[in-house]
Amino acid sequence: MRAVIWIAEGTWEGCVDRAGAMLTESAEVTLVHVSPTDVEELAAHGGARLLGRHPPPPPGPPLRAIAEEEAHALLEAARARLGRPADVVARRGKIEREVLDVCADADLLILARDGELRLGPKSLGPRSRFVLDHAPCQVLLVWPDPPPGIDSIKLPPHLR
Amino acid sequence: MSEAVALVVLGGCLLAAIARWRWAPDWAVAAVGALLLVALGVLSASGARAAIKQLGPTVGFLAALLVLADGCRRAGMFDALGAFMAAGSRGRPDRLLAMVFLVAAGTTAVLSLDATIVLLTPIVFATAARLQTNPRPHVYACSHLANSASLLLPVSNLTNLLAFHASGLSFTRFSVLMALPWFAALLIEWLILRASFAGDLQRSALRAARVMDQPELPWFALGVVALTLAGFVLSSPLGIAPVWIAAGGAAVLALRVRPRPVDVVRAAEPTFLVFVLGLGVVVQGASQHGLSSAVDALLPHSTTLLALLAVAGISAVVANLLNNLPATLIIVPVVAASGPGAVLAMLVGVNVGPNLTYVGSLATLLWRRIVHAHDHETDVGEFTRLGLRTVPPILVVSTLALWLALQVV
Repeated sequence: MRAVIWIAEGTWEGCVDRAGAMLTESAEVTLVHVSPTDVEELAAHGGARLLGRHPPPPPGPPLRAIAEEEAHALLEAARARLGRPADVVARRGKIEREVLDVCADADLLILARDGELRLGPKSLGPRSRFVLDHAPCQVLLVWPDPPPGIDSIKLPPHLR
Repeated sequence: MSEAVALVVLGGCLLAAIARWRWAPDWAVAAVGALLLVALGVLSASGARAAIKQLGPTVGFLAALLVLADGCRRAGMFDALGAFMAAGSRGRPDRLLAMVFLVAAGTTAVLSLDATIVLLTPIVFATAARLQTNPRPHVYACSHLANSASLLLPVSNLTNLLAFHASGLSFTRFSVLMALPWFAALLIEWLILRASFAGDLQRSALRAARVMDQPELPWFALGVVALTLAGFVLSSPLGIAPVWIAAGGAAVLALRVRPRPVDVVRAAEPTFLVFVLGLGVVVQGASQHGLSSAVDALLPHSTTLLALLAVAGISAVVANLLNNLPATLIIVPVVAASGPGAVLAMLVGVNVGPNLTYVGSLATLLWRRIVHAHDHETDVGEFTRLGLRTVPPILVVSTLALWLALQVV
């Protein structure tokens, strides 16, 4: 079985722990992280928003280099935490599209809830919601932290 | 005929600035356009001279502020701010966002939106990346505050500088009147960004163990900026034009960090200054031939709350249709007749309006969509949705706050 674990900032530790506990010995594991190029673009080339201005890029390492370095550090930390052999894939681009692309020939995708810490639709962010809805394989959706209690469900007033 | 020529030249300048063609740089198109209007007799030579004379101090002021911000960067201020934000976050994403708000609002108010967009936003991205947290909420916040936090001081935005002279207000009175609208804008941005990124911000544990380089705070640069600000406040009572205060601050900092002369010239972005002057002359030509009366017919001529709301709303729309710099050049002379309240309401519109899109105006966005239709890399949806959630309430509440300030102060 080929399993993909989606490594994302803020949720990866819990996601790796749950995945490690649930995966069988024989599973081939791939860890994937995606750096969103649109945020990097907005931060690096914001000057293009200013009519008539053509500022030179500030000195120092380009943002792309920082993003790539941190993505690799994150993936290596995740591999170490998983404690078993795994391939690592660092992608750049539109997050949800890249994750789905890596899942194209996988049997299982493991991802974490990355939204609000209460039961309900908002416990998934827009990107993980898209991936969940479009995944071309089986999906294991985990709470990266202990799941909130049943009383965190927001009920409409007449049902409270 | 003159009317059509003036509008075509103005359209050409805006198109060149939006399209950023290599073969027709915007500053050259604006300069040639201005000369063309004079050569064709659309604008008299004396009219062009008057426009340049009127814009001169503002462009000088702008150049001094750009050099001052560059001096701060050379002194290491922005790297130090990055370390300050990382340390202040104490390992929590929501605190990091609060630090980004504090630093971005302060940088924008004092060193202008240009400094926030060009110098601070990359630092915010790098800081979030180094702390291994999702950079999106923090970069979006910084990007939004560059516009919405630029309401406070006359130096916070080029649009403010352009309107400042026309408003007839002193530096201090301008800032006192805009304090409440500025604070209202920050509050709304905070509430909506917090809610929009609740998931990311609730996550615990940034990589706090990560040792961030703690560069020494650039006290000299901070002192120069503080003294420059104090100088602005005292400029009106002392009868000194604020441009000299800004030039003094920039010069003192340059003496300390000792950039090469060519770097000082580069920091002042001469092509940008030429573009602003050229565009100012072209707008003057178009205004004399019908544009002013058209705008005049569109805008209300009083300072009631409803009139101020209309001025802010229309200015936001025009800023999105044309970009905020030409929008300000066109609207300022018309609203100045209604008094400083209307000028400040226009600033609420042209400063906050650009947050609707990630490129600063619908016109620019449309152009990019047409030219780069194949380019799927940019994810404009989320930024635009955030803009749609923040811009309308800020326009309304900040204008209301401005109206209140006008009644009280």
